[in-house]
Formats: sequence, C-alpha cells, structure tokens
Amino acid sequence: MMSNEGSLSPESVLSQLKSNNITHVVWLPDSETNWLYLLMKNEPSIELVPVSREGQAFSVAAGLATGGKKPVILIQNTGLLESGDSLRGWGIGLKTPVVMMIGYRGWTRHGKNAFHDVAKFTEPFLIAMGINYYLVENDGDIDRITYAFEEADENKKPVAVLVGDEYSSWN
Amino acid sequence: MIDTLEMLKIFKNHRGNSVVIPGRGGKHWVTLTDNQSRDVPLGDPAMGGHASYAFGLALAIPNETVVLFDSEGDLLMNTGALATIADLAPKNFYHFLLDNECYATTGGQPVPNAQKVDYTGLAKSMGYGSTYFIDNLEDFDQKIAEILNQEGPVFIHLKINPEIENVPINQRVRWQNRTWDQVLSDIKSELSVK
Repeated sequence: MMSNEGSLSPESVLSQLKSNNITHVVWLPDSETNWLYLLMKNEPSIELVPVSREGQAFSVAAGLATGGKKPVILIQNTGLLESGDSLRGWGIGLKTPVVMMIGYRGWTRHGKNAFHDVAKFTEPFLIAMGINYYLVENDGDIDRITYAFEEADENKKPVAVLVGDEYSSWN
Repeated sequence: MIDTLEMLKIFKNHRGNSVVIPGRGGKHWVTLTDNQSRDVPLGDPAMGGHASYAFGLALAIPNETVVLFDSEGDLLMNTGALATIADLAPKNFYHFLLDNECYATTGGQPVPNAQKVDYTGLAKSMGYGSTYFIDNLEDFDQKIAEILNQEGPVFIHLKINPEIENVPINQRVRWQNRTWDQVLSDIKSELSVK
C-alpha cells in the first residue's frame, strides 16, 4: 500500500474500504475521486453502483443494507445538501449503518473557502442532521475511515467522512 | 383504469415466494398478504426513493425475486433511478408503477403533465429490456404470469384509479401494522441477514 502522509492516496482509501469488507460503492463522480474510481473499477470484491443524483444513493444503500450487504456512499458535499430528505428518511429513519465519504469541495485547512461556497454549509448541515463526521486530509488520517465504519455499525446510523483533499493528489 | 385492491388480489396468486415492497399499494397489501415476513411495507421514508431502495435490495439478494409497487409521483422525483436500475439490470427485479395521475395522499392534485407522460417509453429509453403498459384488470390478469416468468428488470406501467385522501394527516388511520424496525427485523430474519 502506498503511504504518503502529505497527501491522500486513493490506494490507501481503497485499502480501507476493503479492510472494512465493503461490498458496494454507491457513488456519483466528483473531482476528488477519479483515481479512486479507476482503482475501484478493477477491484473484483467491490461492485460500483452509479447514481444520477446524490439523494438516490441513500435509498440504494438502505436497500443493500436490508439485504445484508455493506455499502459505502461516495459523493460530493454539493450533492449532500441535495440529499437532506433522503438522508433523513432512508438513512437516519431506517437506521442504515452506512459511511458516506464526502468530497469537501471548497475547504482548505487555512479557513479560506476560495474555490466554492459550499464548504461553509457542509459541517453545519451535518451537525443539523445529527451526523457525526471525520475529516481525512492525508494518509496520516486514513484510520479515521475505519473509525467511521465502526461508529456506523455500532450506532446503526450514517456517519460522514469529509475528504479534504481537493485540487491535490486525487487529480 | 385499474382498482389497486383488485389488482393486488390477482398479484397475490402469483406472488410465490417473492419479496414484496408494496409502496403506495401498502394499505391494501397489508390486508391481503399471507406471507408478511417477506413484505417490506415502509410507507414513505422519503418520497422519491422507493425504486432505488427496492433496486438496492434486489442487488443484495440476487437469488430472491423482488417486486416493487412504485408510484408515478415517487418516480418523477428521482427519474434517474431508472438509468441506474437498467445499468446494473438485476434479473430478479420487477418494477410495477401505480400511476393514478395525481398526488392522491395530498388531495389529488395532478402530477406534472399527468395524463401525457409515457412511463413505459421512459423506462425503455432508460434501458429496461422489457416493459408493459396495462390499463385494465383483465389484461393484468392475463399478463401477470408472463411478466413474472421472465428475467428482470421488467417495468410495468399500470393505470390505476386514484384513491384521494383529504383528511388531515393527523386524523388519518395508520394502515401500517408494523414499525420500520419490525419490518426490517422481520425481512432480515427471513433472509438470514444479521
């Protein structure tokens, strides 16, 4: 496994998904995840489920979980905002133990949301929905993904991982 | 136009061992079913998600037949779900659409372009290999065996009579006889899912 604490490598993320026995990745592409997509496409233990709007991801994940599978949702924070009612009903309401990995568009550790205004709404949205979240910026944070899976399973509810690495190593 | 209760009575004879997500047909189905543990009557966790939920369940249990009774108002909220379903094309998925041309539970207001949307054409163009349009009970009775005896995903557009509700929500009698927790616990137990 490639390890680089200065950036977040898609190999490290895929390794986390595999070690947490993920069966399906329900996803809508964003600018953070193309390299991860290429890796996942070649990973036989994971089935990719492409959706056309992020809210759809939560109901797909709920169905998969009902049937005994372990999905992860891979979307961008813009789409998270669109997903509010679906997250409420299909995620929180049905107690779906799913991790959503969310591209944190517009976020920088310096506090400047220079690229996109959606960053300033992201954490307040999660807090309002009662969703706990972990920030992952580089490979040094990678274990937080496992923490999120453990928390989702234990509490039977969605947990978020904010991927704060846009415009660097994932592209 | 088809009466939903009468249609479900016919379907019941063909249900076999399938997992049934009755969707907007739930209030009738719970009075008819003789295999409750394989039913997933969720009511409306969040409108727009029934097709995706049933699809996800079908993907998870490929050796079980999964039948959904969706509604046109629900599908219109997330029409793109049809493309996802057709893309992965679960062979065990049967997608019935109950089209009453209106939002019956909110008083019967028409859905957009209510009488003209060609849902069968929509499903076909999204990639469903097999589609049906049925607007009377006799045709449903005649075709239901053929529908369920072929590989999915199959899309069946049913024109149904609206059953409009105008009573305020807090005065309506709940048709659900199990909580979401009970429904999910029962189906997981039935499917031997932890």
